[in-house]
Amino acid sequence: MVYDVAIVGGGITGCAIARELTRYHLQVILLEKEAEVGFGVSKANSGIIHGGHHGKPNTLKGKLEWTGNQLWDTLHEELGFGFQRNGELTVALQEDQLPTLAELKWQGETKGVPGLELWEQEKLQKEEPHLSPDIIAGLYAPTTGVINPYEACFNLIENACLNGLELVTDCPVTGLSQDKDYWTIQTPKGEYASRFILNAAGLFADEIAKMAGVGDFTIRPRKGEEYLLDKRLQGYVKRVIFPCPTPVSKGILVIPTFDGTLMVGPTAEMIDDKHDLTTSSAGSSQVFNSVTQVVPGISARDCIAEFAGLRPVADGEDFIIGPTAKRGFFNVAGIQSPGLTAAPAIATLILDILHEEGLNLSPKDNFTPSIEKPIHFASLPTEAQMELAKRDSSYSHLICRCEFVTEGEILDAISRGARTLDGLKFRTRAGMGRCQGGFCSGRCMELLSQKLDIPVSEVTKRGGNSWIVRERDEVFSSDV
Amino acid sequence: MLTANLQHLDKDYDVVVVGGGPAGMAAALGAKETGAEKVLIVDREKEAGGILLQCIHPGFGLQHFREELTGPEYAERYKQQVLDAGIHVATDTYVLDIDQDKQVKLLSGTDGVRLINTKAAVLSMGARERTRGAIRTPGHRPAGILTAGLAQKFVNLMGYLPGNKAVILGSGDIGLIMARRLTLEGVEVKGVFEIMPHANGLNRNIVQCLHDYDIPLHLSTTVVDLQGRDRLEKITVAPVDSHFQPDLSKSWDIDCDTLLLSIGLIPENELTRRLKIRLDPVTQGAVVNSQMETSKDGVFVCGNVVHIHDLVDFVSAESELTGRNAGLYVTDQQPPGDNIRLVPGENVRYCVPHTISSDRTHTVYMRASQPMEESILRLGDVYEKKLRYVVPAEMINLKVRPRFLQNFHGETLKVDILPVDNT
Repeated sequence: MVYDVAIVGGGITGCAIARELTRYHLQVILLEKEAEVGFGVSKANSGIIHGGHHGKPNTLKGKLEWTGNQLWDTLHEELGFGFQRNGELTVALQEDQLPTLAELKWQGETKGVPGLELWEQEKLQKEEPHLSPDIIAGLYAPTTGVINPYEACFNLIENACLNGLELVTDCPVTGLSQDKDYWTIQTPKGEYASRFILNAAGLFADEIAKMAGVGDFTIRPRKGEEYLLDKRLQGYVKRVIFPCPTPVSKGILVIPTFDGTLMVGPTAEMIDDKHDLTTSSAGSSQVFNSVTQVVPGISARDCIAEFAGLRPVADGEDFIIGPTAKRGFFNVAGIQSPGLTAAPAIATLILDILHEEGLNLSPKDNFTPSIEKPIHFASLPTEAQMELAKRDSSYSHLICRCEFVTEGEILDAISRGARTLDGLKFRTRAGMGRCQGGFCSGRCMELLSQKLDIPVSEVTKRGGNSWIVRERDEVFSSDV
Repeated sequence: MLTANLQHLDKDYDVVVVGGGPAGMAAALGAKETGAEKVLIVDREKEAGGILLQCIHPGFGLQHFREELTGPEYAERYKQQVLDAGIHVATDTYVLDIDQDKQVKLLSGTDGVRLINTKAAVLSMGARERTRGAIRTPGHRPAGILTAGLAQKFVNLMGYLPGNKAVILGSGDIGLIMARRLTLEGVEVKGVFEIMPHANGLNRNIVQCLHDYDIPLHLSTTVVDLQGRDRLEKITVAPVDSHFQPDLSKSWDIDCDTLLLSIGLIPENELTRRLKIRLDPVTQGAVVNSQMETSKDGVFVCGNVVHIHDLVDFVSAESELTGRNAGLYVTDQQPPGDNIRLVPGENVRYCVPHTISSDRTHTVYMRASQPMEESILRLGDVYEKKLRYVVPAEMINLKVRPRFLQNFHGETLKVDILPVDNT
């Protein structure tokens, strides 16, 4: 069969586009090279829905930041991923930074971002008592939020699949060829044919474009290291804290994540290797040194985990969205920060472009905008917990004790598509807490093994060769 | 197996013990002995016994039972006593919360969410292992990096091996035990690396688990890089200077697919924190009086949740005392309070309990900060004792008797470990 649209890449951009496309009478397929969607750029970033005022209005990313920002509330209502508008403060430590705050405020107001306020020291200390007393002013933006980006990917794709998307994981694209009316996509899992191809391949979008014969740009990774702190610091700061930006960087942030952990980072370092997700001593020192200037009570001693993510930076730093010299092949590339924020707006934009280029968008009557929201046992009131555990006893077995995740939630996550330990972790938080899976890994592996009907030794951390345990050697053979 | 021995939980208990490891079982027995009638042990696993159940090696019980047992055997001894004493045991049950009125919120595999009331609570949740995040080892984050205790669970309880070629970071006892265990299972153990200039495990484990199997122990050396995208492929190690800064010019690579972390234990005090109980920043456990009671009336603690022990035998002794005091509390027989505060001095990291009473005999547990050959343990001006050698890895216990304190009228007693030639 020939698909109408094939999306290459299941990051937040690909997932958002896929979900928009399934509103219409179209055959849509998404090819993802990893074991699950959201396992590339989208799982390892600051998880911020930017307020809308940071991006320059004369850039595509600056425009889509604010448009995208406004689309997240509806998505959140329909799909129920972790998202909260907890606001942001960009803070100034010195007098000479005040003009930058004023400029940001003006820039936001020009774009129509509401509620921006300059706060003086007294108000800052009242609202965020753990900020450094050296901070002299802050720009408050109520539009900023925090999100679980991987959850957004999972839920978007679950909804898209519910509405007819075909999802193929573990499926890297290895070649593209154009026939008269359609493209043929080569993968290790076979060939797929599609009239339109959307290149949302993140870090590898330049390579996919090259396969299509339109490789006129490069994607370079900019690495960001992030450090997660123990949950006992929950509430230590309530809003996302930005230092005053410099022309080269937004700086190191303090991020109260949706799940109540504090995260500090990211660094920003241009590198060459698209697989380099290493953290470094230099990165860790940089993060903690700069963050303590803004929130002095934060200490590296509270770190429970660290990670690095790569931002796909295109030449010229802006997003590359639109048609190419090859008919039917479209780029959605260079989606670096604020790409997560912009994703829903990118989806709308690319649909308009596809429509102009001849894709017929005829709405389905039976599009279902929502999914059944995953249950989060720990956050239910006691009465509801009692009721649920009585109804389904799998909710009365605790699996992850740091984050209070029950067996019922693990089983539900597997039924929704979790295939790996990381997939379970990002869906349920099992293994994400302070013991980092020391208690729950074994049980999670057994449940994955049972439900997927694979041996425990074939359960992986995140697909590929990331096996966790192996079978014992047969020591006692019969002729001993 | 010590599994649940009750159909349903009751509504009210005299003593609820959180955690059914060696500490919890000994405490429950102690509470029964001094008069608590209804005692409940709550354990999150399908079987009580705690970490002992995965410690299938011998070496337990030499102090307490005067014979050498494996972990499961040691647990078995207690199990029978717990059952004989009529103590309720709820397994596959987790304490979600305890409030200030000692109402306990449980998630039970059989009963779902339940609220029960107790007159006293014993917190014996044990400890968790420090993870990579705690030391922020640079490098990739592939599969194959795990704590030694999790590896022990994979091998001894689930029957799987964590890899083919392993390196162990940290010389804690679990790491040493696992070096031997993995070797016996055919895994190539390429060495144990310790950032400190001295080992962190018991000397007998260094000898029996490393020397006997020709596994090298590299002191003042640490892991500085981890390579491998999906699965660990290679690590880089380097010697460190006296400030623990690695000298990268002297680093070398080791091919391995597994890195076990044995870099210390952290007392599991989430419930303790929620109860707003005062904690000691050094032990990371509760501040306790000589009855092992915390700053919260009627809440007692014992075992690794108070301070990290190196021998389970000491856990049993401490916990039985804790349980006895919880029993005395619920039967209104509590002895009078303490009158002396112990203050860690020279080369003493901490003392537990934090206070004692001059009219009773107490066992005081302490740890040294630095290794020291010939030394003197001194209790203010009232008592001193020669110690052959002290190492941070081996806990020191001292019986403090009323006669030491006959002529002492102060409120604080400083505890020092001093070199012999300085005294």
